[in-house]
Amino acid sequence: MKSSNTRKPPRLRAYLSIFRIRFLGSLQYRIAAYAGIVTQFAWGGMTVLLFGAFYRGGGRFPMEYPQLSSYIWLQQAFLALFMSWFFDPEIFELITSGNIAYELARPADIYFIWFTKNAAIRCSKAALRCLPILAASLLLPKPYGLSLPASPLAFIMFCVTMALALGVIVAFSMFVYIAAFYTISSLGLRMLALALLDFFTGALIPLPFFPEWLRTAVELSPFGAMQNLPLCIWCGHIAGAEMWKSFGLGVFWLVALVTAGKLWMARALRRVTIQGG
Amino acid sequence: MKLYLRYLSIHLRSLMQYKTSFFMTLLGQIILSFGGYLTIVFMMVRYHEVEGFNFSEVSLCYAAVLIAFSLAECFFRGFDTFPTMLANGEFDRIMVRPRGLIFQVLAQKIEFSRLGRLIQASCVFAWAIPASGIAWSWDKILTLALMIAGGVAVFAGLFIIYAALCFFTVDGLEFINVFTDGGREFGRYPFSIYGDGILRLLTFVVPLAMFQYYPLLYLTGRTDSTLYMLTPLLGSLFLVPCLLFWRFGLRHYKSVGS
Repeated sequence: MKSSNTRKPPRLRAYLSIFRIRFLGSLQYRIAAYAGIVTQFAWGGMTVLLFGAFYRGGGRFPMEYPQLSSYIWLQQAFLALFMSWFFDPEIFELITSGNIAYELARPADIYFIWFTKNAAIRCSKAALRCLPILAASLLLPKPYGLSLPASPLAFIMFCVTMALALGVIVAFSMFVYIAAFYTISSLGLRMLALALLDFFTGALIPLPFFPEWLRTAVELSPFGAMQNLPLCIWCGHIAGAEMWKSFGLGVFWLVALVTAGKLWMARALRRVTIQGG
Repeated sequence: MKLYLRYLSIHLRSLMQYKTSFFMTLLGQIILSFGGYLTIVFMMVRYHEVEGFNFSEVSLCYAAVLIAFSLAECFFRGFDTFPTMLANGEFDRIMVRPRGLIFQVLAQKIEFSRLGRLIQASCVFAWAIPASGIAWSWDKILTLALMIAGGVAVFAGLFIIYAALCFFTVDGLEFINVFTDGGREFGRYPFSIYGDGILRLLTFVVPLAMFQYYPLLYLTGRTDSTLYMLTPLLGSLFLVPCLLFWRFGLRHYKSVGS
């Protein structure tokens, strides 16, 4: 690793090309993506109808029905970006098979190689899927469809916090990869991570529908900086000073998770023994 | 049947070789499934009822659907993982054996770890059955049993359709999840709340409502017609076209020859 620093390879360019390769690689699975679009469209529609039944019943709601519809459609459109169940099987394979030795020999930081790969796969899956879903849901009649962002600023901040949220979720899943160094079967661990992510990021029901005490706690945690933040910003549920505060918190979590992940990775790598052969 | 039990015990014994991993997955499933239930708790505690159904009635509905789904997934897993069976040539081996194909595909894979959801759903049942305030006479008990049995049949039918489609293509079959996983997720609430269009679709095309919404009406005393009690049996007839489709697919099957 030291020697690579003295040669000063164009680091960022290396990560960019890892990103590009992965991105193009998973763009190949088009038909799977079309089927995914149909599935997600049906899923989104059913969820919107489900909440509609509650709204018809009356009561106090944390967000307006059109806002909620937007939240659900954006969630479906960018599902691939935030999917909780995605872990790169190649990485687990590397760890259990010992091929990680090759990865360690590369002149780049292994944490960021994996980070980039993960982000790239998520982006390409989302890129294939998001446009048709966004377009179709924009065309749906008023309370059921996707509304335009609350304001131009909301749109800009939506884009910014989307990138941030992607970073936070990838940083979170890095912990699961690193934990795989310590156990042969990582399946149980993955399921636990999945359960936590699904529940606390608002993938099952939007965070604003959580009970007050729990919602406040979750919004302060890294889970709040994942998909909930950009979705709430788009539909104007989080705006003004609160938006900047949440954004700052998100940046904090990204830095904290990446730093912790890198430290843990360094520790884990020190005790890695590669069985030769 | 004896042979199936034999397979069952083999699967069970092979599973017990990896106890930790098995219990980890089981636990993971329970937690995951509990998270799903918690969303119902949040929504129902906040709004008390949805389209006239209260918390304990929704819980009953949730538990019946989930139990049916996890039983179907556990025992019909062979159809669920059929693409791999086709791809690695296992199916060709099956075809030369002197036993029914469906039987063998069934026996090939039995996933006990899928029962995590069953455990969680049973807990909800244990709470909801007394809490619902239903007088549990024999006909109500029978209705509940029919809901579960009918549910297993319909979900099994969907798994079989999925497997049969694999004879033609393996690309893009993800959409069937709308009915399997979707049936499980959205079947938490009575299907009537999604509107008439959806209810009609789920009655006449993919009869998910046949074992869920209609018998639930009978169960909760919203109707006295025995017809509603027996709708899960009608729903089970869904298996017939599914099996016909499977046979149709089978005739089109050409081995890849690996």
